[in-house]
Amino acid sequence: MAAKKLNIKDKYRLLTRDLDWDFSYEDRKDAFPYEEFEGLKITDWDKWEDPFRLTMDTYWKYQAEKEKKLYAIFDAFSQNDGHLNVSDPRYVNAIKLFLTGVSPLEYQAYQGFAHVGRQCGGVGARVACQMQALDELRHVQTQIHAMSHYNKFFDGLQEFSHQHDRVWYLSVPKSFFLDARSAGPFEFMVAIGFSFEYVLTNLLFVPFMSGAAHNGDMATVTFGFSAQSDEARHMTLGLEVIKFFLEQHEDNLPIVQKWIDKWFWRGTRLLSIVAMMMDYMLPNKVMSWKEAWEVYFEDAGGSLFKDLARYGIRMPKYSEVIEKEKEHVSHQAWWTFYTHGHATGFHTFIPSDEELDWLSEKYPDTFDKYYRPLWEMAKEKEAKGERFYTTGLPQLCQTCQIPMLFTEMDNPNQNSMRDTVYKGERYHFCSDGCCDIFEEEPEKYVQSWLPVHQIFQGNCGGPEMTDILSEYYKINVGADNMDMKGSPDEERWNKWKGTA
Amino acid sequence: MSKVYIALQDNDESRYIVEAIEEVNEDCTIIHQPAMIRIEREHKLVVVREVVEEKMGRDWDIQEMHLNLITLGGNVDEDDDFFTLEWKQ
Repeated sequence: MAAKKLNIKDKYRLLTRDLDWDFSYEDRKDAFPYEEFEGLKITDWDKWEDPFRLTMDTYWKYQAEKEKKLYAIFDAFSQNDGHLNVSDPRYVNAIKLFLTGVSPLEYQAYQGFAHVGRQCGGVGARVACQMQALDELRHVQTQIHAMSHYNKFFDGLQEFSHQHDRVWYLSVPKSFFLDARSAGPFEFMVAIGFSFEYVLTNLLFVPFMSGAAHNGDMATVTFGFSAQSDEARHMTLGLEVIKFFLEQHEDNLPIVQKWIDKWFWRGTRLLSIVAMMMDYMLPNKVMSWKEAWEVYFEDAGGSLFKDLARYGIRMPKYSEVIEKEKEHVSHQAWWTFYTHGHATGFHTFIPSDEELDWLSEKYPDTFDKYYRPLWEMAKEKEAKGERFYTTGLPQLCQTCQIPMLFTEMDNPNQNSMRDTVYKGERYHFCSDGCCDIFEEEPEKYVQSWLPVHQIFQGNCGGPEMTDILSEYYKINVGADNMDMKGSPDEERWNKWKGTA
Repeated sequence: MSKVYIALQDNDESRYIVEAIEEVNEDCTIIHQPAMIRIEREHKLVVVREVVEEKMGRDWDIQEMHLNLITLGGNVDEDDDFFTLEWKQ
């Protein structure tokens, strides 16, 4: 007689819950030493349930199938010289930024979830964290594999891991994850599982990846969507984590709200890089950053917070500032990279006239008034052979580590700067949001490794900028950096296309 | 009212899943974007295994959806016969 097939609920119970054991001769508190560290009260781990009810056997089965599909596409992409089919060689600069800035975060997410999974007293959460850790490891691997094809033909991808640890703008994503990983386990889960996965990665992996498809990059859209198919599970875990904490004890509410406030602000700052990738680095446009923000943050996030209101959760602090920033951040970020393009590991460029018109149309209230004049000036200078680069090093925010490039939202001609004194030292910030985060945990953020400070302290070689770039950052000066115009990337592309 | 949403990779399997979603979820909105299909609906959206099987003409495990899923919004509930996304308020 054939064995009866188990239904999903029974299988989940047997292959998850029933794998747990009680502690008879060891103190449970010694086994899970961080469980009470952050002040959260958890009374019953059995209330935890993965709504997907995914068990390890099913996990391996479907992940193996995803990998098979993915690698078949990588092979096809590479065998057919897929890099020649991208819309415009400028597009590849977004891929360089992705590999140096984002892929190493996948590895950090793997390390974080492996650690946190170990610290959860409940087996359901432990298994879900284990699956997420494995997913994240898969993501970093598939991204490196996908982009290795570009590394054969374009500059700027050869030292991604070394650069992630050192380069000034890459300390922004790196320090974001280090901040989360050095927090307690449940803050990490709220930071990465909820704020980052549920609301923010959608903006990177959905509209940006759809944009990659629209720019002829079959390899990237495929790894992006393959990764995002895991993210749907991560998002669900993130939401379940929040609901679980809030249902466990009413005292958890203020702690969770504080984490949400902190990590939404941290996340929106981090996404300024993605904003500029969407608006400036995708030659064929799918939607503007502002439109993506409205769909994935305002509509989706709005529904989410309305749903969580029944637990007493309110919208994240500074939401009203965040709402205004969608009109500005992509322009302010790309202008900063353009003017510091001698110190970047990818090429920067002035948007084409067609792209400038598109930006004017998408940002009717701000682009013509504040940002188009800057690009018109840059165009004039470039036409006269005076492409300019800023020689000074920017001041960085102590919390998010982004150069002080943001303006006051009610007065976009005024740079936004805050400062506070702690133990006799003055610290500087880009915003009230970042200043608040510092003041909540000053002992953590006084230790920030700020790239510009490190350069001035002589810890990054030098003294000449080119020494720092080539020796400390391993940027291939004259090939990886500077404007797209006149770059070896552009020259090779024209040769391949017979347009030289 | 809050909208739930689901996005699937634009491929042959998803087309049947989308058809099945359209059939059982009155007034859902289907948006085609490069390489993906996004489906939105006020409050609640359900994928029913039987209906997907009918469209595909073969057995289909509800967890196979993980292969084509890109993203979603809403509280998830999944069983052998259905997959639901819902905002409680």
